[in-house]
Amino acid sequence: MSDQTLTTRTIVGLEIHVQLQTKTKMFCGCPVRFEAPPNSCVCPVCLGHPGALPVMNGQAYRWAVLTGMALNCAIARHTKWDRKSYFYPDLPKNYQISQYDLPLASDGYFEVQVGAGTKRVRIRRAHLEEDAGKNLHDTGNCTLVDLNRAGAPLLEIVTEPDIESAEEAYVFCIELQRLVTHLGVSEGVMQKGQMRFEPNVNVAIESQGREYRTPIVEIKNLNSFRAVRQAIEYEAQRQTAAWRENADYQLGTVPNENRGWNADKGVTEFQRGKEAAHDYRYFPDPDLVPVEVSDVMLEEIRAMLPELPIARRRRFAEQYGLSVKDAETLVEHRATAELFERVVAGGAPAEVVGKQLVNVWLKLANDRGVAVTDLGVDETRMAELAKIAADGTVNKTAANQIAEIMLSRGESPRQLAEELGLVQVQDMDSTRRWVEEAFTANENAVRDALQNPKKMQAAVGFLRGQAMKGSGGKADPKLLGELIEERLARLRTGS
Amino acid sequence: MLGPLAGVPMAVKDNMCTTFGATTCGSRILESFRSRYDAHVIERLESAGAVVIGKTNLDEFAMGSSTENSAYFTTLNPWDTTRVAGGSSGGSCAAVAAKIVPAALGSDTGGSIRQPAAFCGVVGLKPSYGRVSRFGLVAFGSSLDQIGPIATDVRDVALVLSVIAGHDERDSTSVDRPVPDYLARLDRLVKGIRIGISEEYFGEGLDREVREAVQAAIDLMAGEGAEVVPIHLPHMKYGIACYYLVATAEASSNLARFDGVRYGYRTPRPSDILDLYESSRGEGFGPEVKRRIMLGTYALSSGYYDAYYLKALKVRTLIKNDFETAFERVDVIASPVTPTTAFGVGEKSSDPLAMYLSDIYTISANLAGICAISVPCGFDSQGLPIGLQLMGPAFGEEHLLAIAHQYQLRTDWHACVPPLGSAVSRR
Ligand SMILES: [Zn+2]
Repeated sequence: MSDQTLTTRTIVGLEIHVQLQTKTKMFCGCPVRFEAPPNSCVCPVCLGHPGALPVMNGQAYRWAVLTGMALNCAIARHTKWDRKSYFYPDLPKNYQISQYDLPLASDGYFEVQVGAGTKRVRIRRAHLEEDAGKNLHDTGNCTLVDLNRAGAPLLEIVTEPDIESAEEAYVFCIELQRLVTHLGVSEGVMQKGQMRFEPNVNVAIESQGREYRTPIVEIKNLNSFRAVRQAIEYEAQRQTAAWRENADYQLGTVPNENRGWNADKGVTEFQRGKEAAHDYRYFPDPDLVPVEVSDVMLEEIRAMLPELPIARRRRFAEQYGLSVKDAETLVEHRATAELFERVVAGGAPAEVVGKQLVNVWLKLANDRGVAVTDLGVDETRMAELAKIAADGTVNKTAANQIAEIMLSRGESPRQLAEELGLVQVQDMDSTRRWVEEAFTANENAVRDALQNPKKMQAAVGFLRGQAMKGSGGKADPKLLGELIEERLARLRTGS
Repeated sequence: MLGPLAGVPMAVKDNMCTTFGATTCGSRILESFRSRYDAHVIERLESAGAVVIGKTNLDEFAMGSSTENSAYFTTLNPWDTTRVAGGSSGGSCAAVAAKIVPAALGSDTGGSIRQPAAFCGVVGLKPSYGRVSRFGLVAFGSSLDQIGPIATDVRDVALVLSVIAGHDERDSTSVDRPVPDYLARLDRLVKGIRIGISEEYFGEGLDREVREAVQAAIDLMAGEGAEVVPIHLPHMKYGIACYYLVATAEASSNLARFDGVRYGYRTPRPSDILDLYESSRGEGFGPEVKRRIMLGTYALSSGYYDAYYLKALKVRTLIKNDFETAFERVDVIASPVTPTTAFGVGEKSSDPLAMYLSDIYTISANLAGICAISVPCGFDSQGLPIGLQLMGPAFGEEHLLAIAHQYQLRTDWHACVPPLGSAVSRR
């Protein structure tokens, strides 16, 4: 094919596995713990011992329904459990308890922000199942099996093939992670395998007025957003190239296949053809009773549904006048977003609270590796700090300093400002003196500020910093800036 | 305070998990298996004061009707050691008949308590599905399996049932409803009860002597004032076909876990993981188990599911409906337990279908989830015991036991002791 005029469109549907952060596994009382020593979180049920029987974890079911609601799905009033049979050493019973033809949620959609627009991706279904264990192959010539993960609750979400680029898939996955962490149903930590992605990818190629479709490739087990984007990008290019090379490379002619992502080489690799697909011999699990979802239960779960991240981001930007970026940062974690609103409700100006949360409190929390809500600072104190920064009692630098001290001391920010002499000085004479001292002590910078266009801006900034330092952080930055400009202007005119 | 079974020695079928001794299921694949936990029924027995003195032989994984399918021994009939004890709870029934223990537990998936109870001349109850927790019972057909008591008379069966019955959170299919005081209600009179008789249970293949003994039992109750009501169970004739699809489908999945990876028998030198699976299972399972795994796997395969498994489920619903309709008109249904008395050792072992047909009268109760009991009602001309089956509606044990007890008060078949003082086993 040498046709240069072809246009291509990537078609992606996603299967996403989300591990729910319930205290216990899906069908037994074992804890779900990622870092426990191998085979320490197991019992006869999740080991598949003879005679052991599964019992459904109601919390996992409610959380799955909650997620289904957040994905605008229809919630099934009657569901059941099915056995999916295949032999694998990490699957203790050699069948997985899953939901086959009656998923607990179906026919929904999820909207994500792509560029300036909103993209709606339809959700085909969401169902619960139990996770498998892990085979550890890197132990010489034998394979060891760790069954700590076996039986952990997994929510499988399947989209319609509505995603049209690697970027859209990337954004979708990130937004879905935000959603599940926001709902509090999953930690969504990729490194712990709590979210795993399997994109189904093919390409629609338009050439000389005809459309061709490449066979669908399922890319197995991706566990980072980056891998999702790269693997889809690669796969779309590979499929287009394969079609160019051989026009028979088409859906229906060449079988669909499973491929794995080799992150080191940046390529997908063939795993198995779909014609050799397993016959999973699904049938209803006779050990579990069907699930009936009552009106009361639905109402209770619906009442738990919080405002979703995308809506909350929009509202924060509009209602509080925050920048899109700050709104995004605040909404990243539900606890931060809720803290923000509580501090604002305490009477502090929203814009300053937003800035301080993003630039000060979140940074302090990150440095210490804790959540912002675990910094140990009282919310009313946070509000006070925002107030004294907004009314000019302290400047930004001083506010940052005070914030750090607030981590270890309980006094009000105003008291701390006074005690540390950080109350902003508006006095013209003192400010002029600090400027003069900075100019006298830094002749080179003054020269650059006047004569060197390349360094002019940096030099002015440096002088401002020096003057602020001379003031002990008390100077009003605005007044300081004005006086520096005034003095430079005088020097320029030689007066 | 002493428990209701204080000091009573009991035996349990070896498909119930115990932390003491082995739990083999009569299979080579579990020869070395030791359970980490006790089955719910074991906990209940022990907390009632019973002393579980041993585990009894069974057809491998409870698959069989003669206890000839055990990987270890063939259990013989205490009444005639050239005959089978029946199965699959042959060990438990023979142990009770031979007076080794006064009571034992068996499990019943298609007749595995009632059929050997009839062959051995003891009383065996299959409780309603969900009455007794299956937690710790190694599953054969999960939607059919029930644990039940075996003893020499109905009173002891009622006593043991009252200990093991009741809800258990670890078994989602165990039903949360109160357990009646079975012993207190045994004295209900036969007068005025309605006994259903269905011609489907008296058709071709039924031995004449068995028929006469069962008829005599019905006549006796009628003479005491019971009303005999003819009923019709039109779908019962599909019972065997339906059962061998449902039970084998579930078994094929339930037995998938025996793979040589985590416990149980593992082939000595597997060449790879596939060989590990195939050889461990190939060497560990006996022929009847393999036959049923293959049947069940086939029934669940894509392309066959609708024609076999799904259709079987529909037939099962029809059978269940038949019984529900019948129990609107009658209190119990009376029938033979088996078409014949105990057959000879080896007589049917090469003919699986003939063996399957020995459960023809017992299977429907499992498919319908109702309760059913086997009580001795006579002997044939060769001196072999004959069983009367009484079936009651789901969770109708209280009434069923009372009627069976009233029958026993008027007869002494259950008091007969086999000529051999003890059961004999041979390798
Ligand atoms: Zn467990």
